[in-house]
Amino acid sequence: MPDRSAVIRVERLSKHYETPAGPFPVLKEIDLTVQRGEFVAVMGPSGSGKSTFMNILGCLDRPSSGGYWLDGEDVNGLDVDQRAGLRNRTIGFVFQGFNLLPRMTLTDNVALPLVYAGLARKERDGRAVRVLERVGLGSYVGSYPNRISGGQQQRVAIARALVNDPRLILADEPTGNLDSHTSEEIMALFGELNAGGITVVLVTHEPDIAAHARRLVRFLDGRIVHDGPVGQGREAGR
Amino acid sequence: MISGVMTAEAWRAMGANRMRTALTMLGMVIGVAAVVLMMAIGQGAQDDVKASINSMGSNLFIVLSGSTTSGGVRMGGGAAPTLTVSDGEAIAELPGVEAVAPVHMGTAQLVYGPNNWSTTVLGTTPNYVDLRSWPIAQGAPFTDSDVRSATRVALIGQTVAENLFGGENPVGRTIRIKQNPFLVVGVLSERGQSLDGRDQDDTVMVPWTTAQRKLFGTPFPGAVRSLMVRAISEDAMPRLEGAMTELLRQRHHLRPDADADFMIRNLTAVAESMAETTRIMSLLLGAIASVSLLVGGIGIMNIMLVSVTERTREIGIRIAIGARPRDIRQQFLLEAVMMSCAGCLIGVMLGVGCAVLAHSLAQTSVVITGKSIVLAFCVAAMVGIFFGFYPANKAARMEPIAALRYE
Repeated sequence: MPDRSAVIRVERLSKHYETPAGPFPVLKEIDLTVQRGEFVAVMGPSGSGKSTFMNILGCLDRPSSGGYWLDGEDVNGLDVDQRAGLRNRTIGFVFQGFNLLPRMTLTDNVALPLVYAGLARKERDGRAVRVLERVGLGSYVGSYPNRISGGQQQRVAIARALVNDPRLILADEPTGNLDSHTSEEIMALFGELNAGGITVVLVTHEPDIAAHARRLVRFLDGRIVHDGPVGQGREAGR
Repeated sequence: MISGVMTAEAWRAMGANRMRTALTMLGMVIGVAAVVLMMAIGQGAQDDVKASINSMGSNLFIVLSGSTTSGGVRMGGGAAPTLTVSDGEAIAELPGVEAVAPVHMGTAQLVYGPNNWSTTVLGTTPNYVDLRSWPIAQGAPFTDSDVRSATRVALIGQTVAENLFGGENPVGRTIRIKQNPFLVVGVLSERGQSLDGRDQDDTVMVPWTTAQRKLFGTPFPGAVRSLMVRAISEDAMPRLEGAMTELLRQRHHLRPDADADFMIRNLTAVAESMAETTRIMSLLLGAIASVSLLVGGIGIMNIMLVSVTERTREIGIRIAIGARPRDIRQQFLLEAVMMSCAGCLIGVMLGVGCAVLAHSLAQTSVVITGKSIVLAFCVAAMVGIFFGFYPANKAARMEPIAALRYE
């Protein structure tokens, strides 16, 4: 039975893609539990299945077999709209490419999840501005994404992920497009959020980034080959 | 749920590529303008025909004398001297008849002072003007005693009055018709064109007796080429037609198997078939215009498909942050409907403008009804929904991962 207190619980989860040469396995019977408040770094070479795993965690993709419980809810049993609801309220996404909508102001970008949550305009704008202030961009509310730096854009993206008070933040190489100094700032922000009680799972290539996490999960050929505290993970990686 | 945000976003998306939006809308604009214009012209034509029918007088029969055959040459209707004024008097006694007037027509040259004019002279009785619902503008009609004594008096139409008298008042003046002096007793009101385009005002009316004895002469006094009969109502017409046929066959001593030596025509039926023709014509015009509306709709679908593909990544982002398929679908559908309705609005203005222009430049009759504008809007909204649905559905069904990776 699923652990009710776990934010993520995955059991014997497999994913394969159909190819002309037959099914091609990407994930092979993964088991993983992430408790509330954890800060997990996922590492692994390209093609190890970590992106597919993140997509399944984010309810953007479905597993071929196995179970997935998000915040105690059986995701496999949910329909399209219910999974959209999970992405909206329970999960916050942060992408490598920031993925802001260029024609909208920063406030509108941050408030967009609240539109789909059905909140009124006043409430949306108020919350968006508060979250922007929290990530240190309170003076940019009326600006547009192309007017600000990459690091600032990623802060806006994090604000958008936070705006609906999610349990879980999924970050896919959030510092991949940033210089090392800015990366440190962004990771410090993730650290703060985690300290505030939000569970963070992030995918990264860089050991320096992974070092900010407290738990390291390493993928190779569709399996988890390492799972432990960060210090040991680094040793195992080298 | 169509919220203000969605409307604002659709507006922003339309504004992001103004040229493309404008060109897409142009298809709708032309389609709607064509529909509005064609309906205006069609309605105008219908109203014209209705006015012409009313101007001819309603519930009318025309009874023509039969044809003669002379040495193998058939002379056509109205040639034989079979129909008489007393036939008309007998018809007037039938139930359902309101009035009967004999008509003896010919062409003659009219002279007044230095002016002269050739026109149709119509010999008839005073009630002819009532029968045709044709009021007299000035003066008075001639009387029954004028008919009995074959007086030289004339009622002239507006066209004749203008050509002979110019601005002068014709009543009380004497004109000459075929050299005979005639006193003008009245001027008819303006009537305009008949259904076949003849100028109805280009005519002179005189007592039929005067026409036969003093103007045209006839070898068969008392015989007329035609009788105009007005029924009391449209409903009475079929029965009256049968009664007239029976009466005339009796009066002309025709055997049951002999051909009739007269013809009865229902003028209202002719007019109605004409009205029907115009109605079908305007329907056809509308249908052709609708095709351009359809083409406009396809243009919207095309651009929406392009827009969906271009915005694949945006759709992916929206899905990732919690948009349901129906949210995405509504957004694109709203955009298509807004585009078609905006096009429709401009199209209605353009169509009305063109109609007004056609009226002032080409004197075409146009009638713009609220119905046609409401119809245009409904059709435009439906076109937007119909042609927006496929692209919107395509957007709503996108795979989120593929959409997010799309460059």
